[in-house]
Amino acid sequence: MKCMNTRLPVKTAAFFKETGGISNFTARFFKETWKPRYEVAEFVHQCYIIGYKSLPLIGLTGFIMGLVLTMQLRPSLVEYGVASQLPAMVGIAIVREIGPVITALIFAGKIGSSIGAELGSMKVTEQIDAMEVSGTNPFKYLVVTRVLASTLMLPVLVMLSDAISLYGSYLGVNIRGVTSFRLFYMQVFDSLAFTDVLPAFIKSFFFGFAVGIIGCYKGYFSNKGTEGVGQSANSAVVVSSIMIFIIDLIAVQITDVFNLN
Amino acid sequence: MLEQTEILPTQLQSLPDVMKVSHLYKSFGTKVVLADFNLTLGKGENLVVLGKSGSGKSVLIKCIIGLLEPEKGTIEMFGKNIPDLDHDELDKIRARVGFLFQSNALYDSMTVRQNLEFPLRRHWMQVTQAEVDKLVMEALSDVGLAHTVDMMPAELSGGMRKRIALARTLILKPEIILYDEPTTGLDPVTGKEIIQLIVEIQKKYKSSSLIISHDMTCVRLAADRVVVLIDGRCYAEGTYATLKKSDDPKVKQFFE
Repeated sequence: MKCMNTRLPVKTAAFFKETGGISNFTARFFKETWKPRYEVAEFVHQCYIIGYKSLPLIGLTGFIMGLVLTMQLRPSLVEYGVASQLPAMVGIAIVREIGPVITALIFAGKIGSSIGAELGSMKVTEQIDAMEVSGTNPFKYLVVTRVLASTLMLPVLVMLSDAISLYGSYLGVNIRGVTSFRLFYMQVFDSLAFTDVLPAFIKSFFFGFAVGIIGCYKGYFSNKGTEGVGQSANSAVVVSSIMIFIIDLIAVQITDVFNLN
Repeated sequence: MLEQTEILPTQLQSLPDVMKVSHLYKSFGTKVVLADFNLTLGKGENLVVLGKSGSGKSVLIKCIIGLLEPEKGTIEMFGKNIPDLDHDELDKIRARVGFLFQSNALYDSMTVRQNLEFPLRRHWMQVTQAEVDKLVMEALSDVGLAHTVDMMPAELSGGMRKRIALARTLILKPEIILYDEPTTGLDPVTGKEIIQLIVEIQKKYKSSSLIISHDMTCVRLAADRVVVLIDGRCYAEGTYATLKKSDDPKVKQFFE
């Protein structure tokens, strides 16, 4: 089946339309962010909801991630006689890759879907129009605040998740052996360099931005009533998860170019 | 017993206009929704725009408040043409015009108090907290729901939500109030109560009202004048009584 206007297959045309829509939406975000009036109170409120309220989920998954990773790696390392390298290996894996990516994926599931559903529901119940009539720029009030909050909160959550994961790993190490807390952390930090932490920290800003902007885009342009709200939430998670992997791939290439690997 | 408003049909022509819509065109793709639509709203008048579902009534009201941009035509309010205004100028006009949404559009994440405070804080930035509290309670009292001030919209019934939405519309003491299908989704008794409230509010605030509706009870009880919207244009105009006597089949279908 071909799209009548462009002669492209319908799905290809829809993909380009979606990509163009997200690009325009992102451009509008950068334009509107600098213009007054600044919605500081709403931004702080969103930081609380997006950051603080995500902490229990991110903390729990981080803890389990560290524990399970350690328990899964131990037999292989014991087989090769390098069990003593377990803290260093887990530390590098968590800080460089697994911590940021897994945290971002959990964040996309929780925050991306909630932003998509909230804005979608506001759209279909005319709350966004009501905001405009009430003398408020809904894009600044709803979109700019949420995107900024998710961009700034995800790196914080990633750092906390990394710390909790390492604690989970410490407990995992001590299930089958005895390693002191001090020794475990010395081994972890001795193996880590600034070039391990910085790229991971920087890419988590981009992950947060992707989750925020896609969640807002999907919700802001939601239609088809309540069915559309569900679709917005769902596609916000799917698209932002894919974006997280694409950004991760690009980040690895960039760190490779600058010899940070 | 509900009565019609005090303006008599003979007085209608002498009312000064507060809004004038001229030669309005609006289409979506190939579908023409409004085609050369004309309308005037007199000061203190309750004007009902009557039309079938999908006839473009909500599009008209959204063009008037500046949520949609018409392709052609003028919408004059307070000496300004709405489609020509930039965002800041439009906000100044919107502070003087109330809008009751069909779906009420109450903010789900806010309490009733916060819902009412929202337009106040946005339009009147210098207002003190004491003044805000006074205005909120006054608007809620006007709709008989002062006790719901700290409740969430989800805790309210459909009729109560409509009243709260009306209180939010009234809080800025608008000179013109636009109602988009005010009785949609309500049972006949509650619908009648809302119409009664609209009429009482019009008398108390001396505002002018443009009511979009297909509910004939609403038309009968609230309208000083009725405009029938068919095929995107003003097909017929008059009081409820005169239109009811019309022999035109397109007009007659609404009154059968």
